[in-house]
Amino acid sequence: MAAYLLRRLLGSILILIGISLVTFVLLYLLPADPARQIAGRSATAATVENIREQLGLNLPFYERYLRYLGGLLQGDLGRSYIQRTEVSTLIAARLPPSLLLMGAGILAELLIGLTLGVVAALRRRSRLDQGLMVLSFVGVSAPQFVVGILLIYVFAYRLGWFPLSGYGTPQHLVLPALTLGFLGAGWYARMMRSSMLDVMQQDFVRTARAKGLSKARVILRHAVPNALLPIVAMVGIDVGILMSGIVVVESVFGWPGIGQLAWQAIQRVDIPIIMGVTLVAAWAIVIGNLFADVLALFVDPRIKLR
Amino acid sequence: MKVIRELLRRTLATFGLTVIAVIVVLAVLAPVITPYSPNEQTFDGLTLEGAPLPPGGAFLLGTDLLGRDLFSRLIYGARTSLVIGVVANGVAVLTGAVIGITAGFLRGVVGAVLMRFTDLMMAFPALLLAIVLAAMFRPSLWIVALVIAMVNWVQVARVIYTETISLSERDFIEAERSLGASRGRILIQHIAPHLVSTIVVWATLGIATTVLLEATLSFLGIGVQPPTPSWGNIIFENQTYFTTAPWLVFIPGVAILMLALSFNVVGDALRDILDPKQKGRG
Repeated sequence: MAAYLLRRLLGSILILIGISLVTFVLLYLLPADPARQIAGRSATAATVENIREQLGLNLPFYERYLRYLGGLLQGDLGRSYIQRTEVSTLIAARLPPSLLLMGAGILAELLIGLTLGVVAALRRRSRLDQGLMVLSFVGVSAPQFVVGILLIYVFAYRLGWFPLSGYGTPQHLVLPALTLGFLGAGWYARMMRSSMLDVMQQDFVRTARAKGLSKARVILRHAVPNALLPIVAMVGIDVGILMSGIVVVESVFGWPGIGQLAWQAIQRVDIPIIMGVTLVAAWAIVIGNLFADVLALFVDPRIKLR
Repeated sequence: MKVIRELLRRTLATFGLTVIAVIVVLAVLAPVITPYSPNEQTFDGLTLEGAPLPPGGAFLLGTDLLGRDLFSRLIYGARTSLVIGVVANGVAVLTGAVIGITAGFLRGVVGAVLMRFTDLMMAFPALLLAIVLAAMFRPSLWIVALVIAMVNWVQVARVIYTETISLSERDFIEAERSLGASRGRILIQHIAPHLVSTIVVWATLGIATTVLLEATLSFLGIGVQPPTPSWGNIIFENQTYFTTAPWLVFIPGVAILMLALSFNVVGDALRDILDPKQKGRG
């Protein structure tokens, strides 16, 4: 167990370093010259050269990478070309709204997806089951920005139940969280359905029924908790999908998180910010996966350690 | 042929195939069936106040903010979606399959290096990586296709790798090996044919992912650039007016949904048909 955890941790650290290498190579290959961009258009060649030296841009590749990695370990993600601020400061300020949105998104997708999955499995092959499965396909096939705009149009613009966009009150959170969770709800509904069907065929469920427990009790106390086990690991993978999702959802709803930060940076081609967000997101995914694997290990003792 | 007959026995898959066929025909015949050029700002395409025209009337689906015929832009946009869907996904599946087979067949150091690299790329959120790449290059149709391919090959590589490993440990491969078959012969004659169905399934499902990613990139303004119509950039161009001209967002939105949905249901049905191990879940 301890050996497994240690190996898993080391593997994750290697991946984290690998991620930093990939983002660095991308920055390195970038056609734009950061020194010139920071100096501004009217700067003299000497000023640009000066900045280049200050930033260490004249150093060889490996030395620049080591400096970059060293900076990362101290939380230094570089400076924005346009906002003239540390990227890490910008991201730190935008992180809480994004975490809130992601938390609410996960809650929405689990609540909707798992419920529908269980219902579909219990009513297997019925009209309801078929309808829900078509719906889950729609969930995974609908472009998130269209879902977001549709929800705004119907529930904010037409019905006026929620604000059109912005951040601050619980009402502001509902539509973005639903938009973010819509895609995942489709996946979870499908996975929960097939997981439930697997579990329902197993002996312990039959035994529980045979010893006279009510159907509701068997489903809620025996089948559902066991069907949830394989789903736990999925939440870790899900972090990646959510990270892509927040860029879209935050730009549609004007939500002041890191996704919107990245989107605004796209418009101005402010590469360090885009890179910083990508790096933070990739690290979050690796850590999310590690966390989910370890969690799955604790909730499901049958998992074999490899 | 047998596969197609099987597909047509399923309602959802038949629906998906029909939608795909209709969209392909419309895209191919675009110059014939579109009443206007997709970029033509027609003289009577806007109201006197300068607002876009709603669906119905002289313009079947109405006009956009610049007075262009939405129907014509939509049909030409289908070309964009299909070209990117097929090209980008084709490159992604090919790359993923080659890397997966190579890593799974050779194993050893080469396999380990390839798969660690795959794992690494998997850790990046697809959209953000695509954004970084698209922001680095000047996005044209082909660059967008390439960017999507660079992001989407990873999963195919993982699946094909696992499949190749499990195939090469099966008894019939072992038997071939002991009969003295060369490595090349085993790979081409015995392993590759067994991977075809997996590749077909992923190629189909992958088009749905690709179509959605292209639409999202274009919606964010870093995909296919106007005036070339793409379903994503039609929404991007018109989104600020969605309260007064909602059709400009929702008609292309439904088009994206239908195309992605169709490839998803057909891919899912193919997986059912081609992969008997998964059967019995329905």
